[in-house]
Amino acid sequence: MSTANLTGQYYDLHEHEHPDGYSTTLGFWIYLMSDCLIFGMLFATYAVLGGNYAGGPGPKDLFDLNLVAINTSMLLFSSITYGFAMIAMQKGSKQGLIGWLILTLAFGLTFLGIELYEFHHLIEEGAGPQRSAFLSAFFTLVGTHGLHVTFGSIWLVTLLFQVGKHGLTAANQRRLSCLSLFWHFLDVVWIGVFTFVYLMGALR
Amino acid sequence: MIPQPAPVSPILGKLSLDALPLHEPIVVATFAVVALGGIGLFAALTYFRLWGYLWKEWFTSVDHKKIGIMYMILGLVMFLRGFADAIMIRSQQALGFGGSDGYLNSHHFDQVFTAHGVIMIFFVAMPFVTGLMNYVVPLQIGARDVSFPFLNNFSFWMTVGGAVLVMASLFIGEFARTGWLAYPPLSGLAYSPDVGVDYYIWSLQVAGVGTTLSGVNLIATIVKLRAPGMSLMKMPVFTWTALVTNILIVAVFPVLTVVLALLGLDRVFHTNFFTNDFGGSPMLYVNLIWIWGHPEVYILVLPIFGVFSEVVSTFCSKRLFGYSSMVYATCVIGILSYIVWLHHFFTMGSGASVNSFFGISTMVISIPTGAKLFNWLFTMYKGRIRYTLPMMWTVAFMLTFVIGGMTGVMMAVPAADFVLHNSVFLIAHFHNVIIGGVVWGVFAAINYWWPKAFGFKLNEFWGKVSFWMWVPGFWVAFTPLYMLGLMGVTRRMRVFDASFDPLRIYYWIALLGAFMIAAGIGAMLIQIGVSIWKREELKDESGDPWNGRTLEWATSSPPPEYNFAFTPKIHEIDAWADMKAKGVARPTEGFRDIYMPQGTWAGITLAGLATLCGFALIWQVWWLAIASFVGVVATAIAHTFNYNRTFYIKADHVAEVEAARTAQLAALEKGAA
Repeated sequence: MSTANLTGQYYDLHEHEHPDGYSTTLGFWIYLMSDCLIFGMLFATYAVLGGNYAGGPGPKDLFDLNLVAINTSMLLFSSITYGFAMIAMQKGSKQGLIGWLILTLAFGLTFLGIELYEFHHLIEEGAGPQRSAFLSAFFTLVGTHGLHVTFGSIWLVTLLFQVGKHGLTAANQRRLSCLSLFWHFLDVVWIGVFTFVYLMGALR
Repeated sequence: MIPQPAPVSPILGKLSLDALPLHEPIVVATFAVVALGGIGLFAALTYFRLWGYLWKEWFTSVDHKKIGIMYMILGLVMFLRGFADAIMIRSQQALGFGGSDGYLNSHHFDQVFTAHGVIMIFFVAMPFVTGLMNYVVPLQIGARDVSFPFLNNFSFWMTVGGAVLVMASLFIGEFARTGWLAYPPLSGLAYSPDVGVDYYIWSLQVAGVGTTLSGVNLIATIVKLRAPGMSLMKMPVFTWTALVTNILIVAVFPVLTVVLALLGLDRVFHTNFFTNDFGGSPMLYVNLIWIWGHPEVYILVLPIFGVFSEVVSTFCSKRLFGYSSMVYATCVIGILSYIVWLHHFFTMGSGASVNSFFGISTMVISIPTGAKLFNWLFTMYKGRIRYTLPMMWTVAFMLTFVIGGMTGVMMAVPAADFVLHNSVFLIAHFHNVIIGGVVWGVFAAINYWWPKAFGFKLNEFWGKVSFWMWVPGFWVAFTPLYMLGLMGVTRRMRVFDASFDPLRIYYWIALLGAFMIAAGIGAMLIQIGVSIWKREELKDESGDPWNGRTLEWATSSPPPEYNFAFTPKIHEIDAWADMKAKGVARPTEGFRDIYMPQGTWAGITLAGLATLCGFALIWQVWWLAIASFVGVVATAIAHTFNYNRTFYIKADHVAEVEAARTAQLAALEKGAA
């Protein structure tokens, strides 16, 4: 075998570069897992401290399940509409995508509004995060989720501008997929919050 | 009921002239020296018109090699600071006998030992390890850069931001006086009302963001960007250890982020996570922080095991003995490191069953670690060993680390730990594994990869002086602590009453050891200086000065910015050794355009704003915190509007660089003949 042959065997002489965003989905997924751990720790903290009322009000006294049900449905609807947005993107419909994204944003902001109302109400009642370890853990867990939704919304608005300006380029599609992962991830976390904090709290 | 916040000015927060330690002569003198040095450096850079070069070629660079080198420089600078703290601790403890108060008051001494621990772990060991992985991993897997080059630059500057905050605490306000893990309730507002703990929290939060993101980045790089043919079981061992390490980073740094955030909430918003009343639980903090803290130990040492594996196989000119067992051992250590955290506080009183579980799981870790040691030994067995500096550090490590490991197993016995807990025996143990493992491993790595990074070797003589100061120096410094610990002396003591007088000699011996280590560090700085000065004599043009076995040695030294003109194809574990054995010729024609990431200002800007935000949060300057945070978000968004982040290196340019390399190699061959 000649050396030239070996060179071809040992070096990629006709290589093509990796496409842009070749690692993005994987990287974003790994980041989401690290974020998942943040929530995992907050859930663990809530599990440890959630029964420490320090003589103050407990979940039964505080949670309004009707309100939480409406709130939950807002977030679930926003996930469905995001799904439709992605379908519109696959079909190449820029208008459809933008419409569904705006609807998603509206649901997301309603969710945040209801959550802020609930927080405000609790603090008014004297059940603020300083009152007991239970409330510290509650506000931090639910508030961290709310902060994530807030940043997701800012991101969504940014993408609306970018899609409007540059259209459905590969880069924009990649970004929309990442936000999609993020948005559904927050939905899954909320299912956990809804179950472990609110529903099981009402049983306590 | 709920503590009232101390009054803070709306403009300056808690910041006032009192924050400047003008009444502390030691600090003022330090400040004067640092300020003069800083002004001198600034003036020199300006005089030689280097700012533009630094900004363009280094600060905004996304080249993994340059970022790796910058990490190493950061680690080295902070190492000098952390070591200054160590000398202060040792000398204070040697002086604080016989009714003497030593020279450090308790306010100062407590900050010094806290800063020493925080700096050595977060701003020395972490940057060193991250820097090595950044530099070496893409080269070893035949990639042109990491997966997310901009993120890499950003991560580096966040680490710098954290270091800047720690250094700022020296001159503006104070650092934590709580020990390096800041246990509550001591670190809570009630017992630490000043800004020390806030500096601790925010410096680690800022740096932690960088560490987590760089973990994400390197995992994606190793998974996605390996050269064709490099299956997982053909990866170099260093890359394997880097992969497991970065998985650990992503799996535990979020825990640190959460636990510090909760402590911060307790301090600023008076929540009750870790307080003594209102249902808080300080032991929850201790559990959470060690769930991060124990894997952190392996985050530091695993890549170093990788370094030793590369060094041993290179300098014994053999394939590593037991490659697959090395890989499995690494993975097993990675998993086990997650289920041993409670051994740091057996004395919490969690009961016999829980303590037994964690005691046994801790002892089990010594099995894969032992397997690694045997693999290195068997690699050396009948190998043609070349005792160069990296190999010397490796042998010193093997002798020293085993003893550190054994004292660790001693403390893994819960009953024994009840006696040894919080004693200086523990201090001796973890310095034994961290210095004997991580630090010496970093020295081995620096001596090993320096010629790759700069194109000339490090001076052997001064390297050996450093080695012979460091290794005995370590044992002189820490053997007395083992003995004192067995006698029951506790850690973090500032002065000793009369009953301790017979033990004074141990502290003097330990101080002598610290001075020997200081001489070792001095020799190492001289080694670097002399090597730079005599770089023509130490020049290596082959790009492969040690007869290496992995791909980084297949390029020129320093490698061109694109690393490989053509991506290598991999057939065997030691790819480069395989290529050399088969006599594969380097391709010399047919070059193509190479697609590369472009430098960006966004990383350093974002990190600068984040650091400013951290500073504002420490001092509760709310308007500045909000403004700088909005700045961070706005800059991040602005950066996403930049869609052009890549460029092509033209084939002509590649051909030119590669032709020069061909000529260089031809001249070498001619010289040899």
